[in-house]
Amino acid sequence: MADLANILAVGILLGGTYALVSVGLNLIFGVIRVVNFAQGEFVMLGMYGAYAAYAVLGLDPAVALLVVLPALFVLGAALQRLVLARLRTEPTMQIFATFGLLMLIENAVLAATRGTAYSVPSAVAQASLSVGGVQVGASRLLALAAATLAAAGLGLFLRRTMLGRAIRAVAQDSAAARLMGVDVERIYWLTFGIGTALAGLAGCLLAPIYSLSPQIGTSFILPAFAVVVLGGLGSVLGAYVGGFIVGLTEAFAGYYLDPALKHAVLFAVFIGVLIVRPSGLFGQVGAEEVGLREQS
Amino acid sequence: MSTILTVEGVTAGYGDATVLFDVSCTVAAGEIVAVVGANGAGKTTLLSAIAGLVPARAGRITFRGEDITGRPAHWRPGHGLALVAEGGRLFPFMTVEENLLLGAYAPRGRAILKERLEEVMAVFPILRERREQAAGKLSGGERQMVAIARALMCRPDLLMLDEPSVGLSPLMVGRVFEIVERLARRDGLTVILVEQNVTEALAVADRAYVLDHGHITRAGAAAVLRGEREIQEAYMGV
Repeated sequence: MADLANILAVGILLGGTYALVSVGLNLIFGVIRVVNFAQGEFVMLGMYGAYAAYAVLGLDPAVALLVVLPALFVLGAALQRLVLARLRTEPTMQIFATFGLLMLIENAVLAATRGTAYSVPSAVAQASLSVGGVQVGASRLLALAAATLAAAGLGLFLRRTMLGRAIRAVAQDSAAARLMGVDVERIYWLTFGIGTALAGLAGCLLAPIYSLSPQIGTSFILPAFAVVVLGGLGSVLGAYVGGFIVGLTEAFAGYYLDPALKHAVLFAVFIGVLIVRPSGLFGQVGAEEVGLREQS
Repeated sequence: MSTILTVEGVTAGYGDATVLFDVSCTVAAGEIVAVVGANGAGKTTLLSAIAGLVPARAGRITFRGEDITGRPAHWRPGHGLALVAEGGRLFPFMTVEENLLLGAYAPRGRAILKERLEEVMAVFPILRERREQAAGKLSGGERQMVAIARALMCRPDLLMLDEPSVGLSPLMVGRVFEIVERLARRDGLTVILVEQNVTEALAVADRAYVLDHGHITRAGAAAVLRGEREIQEAYMGV
């Protein structure tokens, strides 16, 4: 019984991490229709941002958020305007461009850090709690809470505010959104900025858990793609729930089968779900949330 | 009556294809102008050019005395120009109310949002019942009404309707035209009506333009065009 509780706890906490990384990726996909391969790099930049804030200013990662989030928002908005917007008529090229950004950012950080691995200590995150005999790391718990808040906040923003509705309108029919007076290009860079800032949020909160390396972004992007496909492309709720599906699958497969097999099992489930439900487990919800209609 | 819209020598198209050639027309405040013609004659392109969705390659579009040729599409709803695209183009996964709220996205609409919502629902009482329903689940007639209501949210000076009768039952077509006529006659709204249903369109319009292969071939009072043998044979199935 204690085993099961432990596995559940590990799965849910890991799920929170995946959800946090995936929400922004799915928002960008849903609205701009760009499969953003560079999303993991933004997580990595968030981590290094947290490190820089610690090394230079002595800030805790939880405080560094206040600097890192706006910085990544600006970076994302700029990349959308300067790079992706120029490739609007070439959707396939946009995907290659995000892949190019992945390589560019990774290698730039590699050159800047000379490959040194850093770790970020955090007073807030170092603590661990014991809940009913299950050890729970505060960092993971924080990531879980942040993922929940981010998904809920984003959901409310998209539903209740005029700007949020405009973002959903662009996702569902961008030409019709223009006819409502929505500046679609502005919505694109805002969305990309928000998605990038969410990756930065993930980076800051995960920085104390991982040893920082320029290649770490890649280890986030693969599970994140599994998460969004399982949850339903374009859906914020789908990305949130998908995170837990992936986290729990990994935890259970790792414990009951073989830790080395956990990713194999995960992607077997992934392919299975794709075949049975190509729109993802929350395809309907996803469609409702941001829509998946052909654009014209 | 004063001229509200002037289109002068506009040429427009998509990619390598030119659809409109040197098209000129004018619309006076408060009138209903029909644009009729066969499929592919360029009717939708003309509306798209006026709405800013398709750039004019040559020529000039003047709205209320201002040259708006280079203004982006999203500038127009906030300045009194609204287009109801063919099929309504509602946001299918949003409720009727959310669609209406988006109609008031421009500052011009937000300022009058609450009262306008009530006014529009008074014109289309069915919308009050359907308020919480997803727009994608409405019938064709309801969808068209939501689309027109949404375009009215910013209280436009000029309303452009692209094929509002397509896919509707004859009863529904009658109701939509009735509402359009009432908006123009009672509320002083200016309307450009693009229609395949030429008989109905000429019945409500004051004037009409006939578009053929991207050229305006006839223009005149709707009552006169309706009586012309050529128009009857080509477009009214007589």
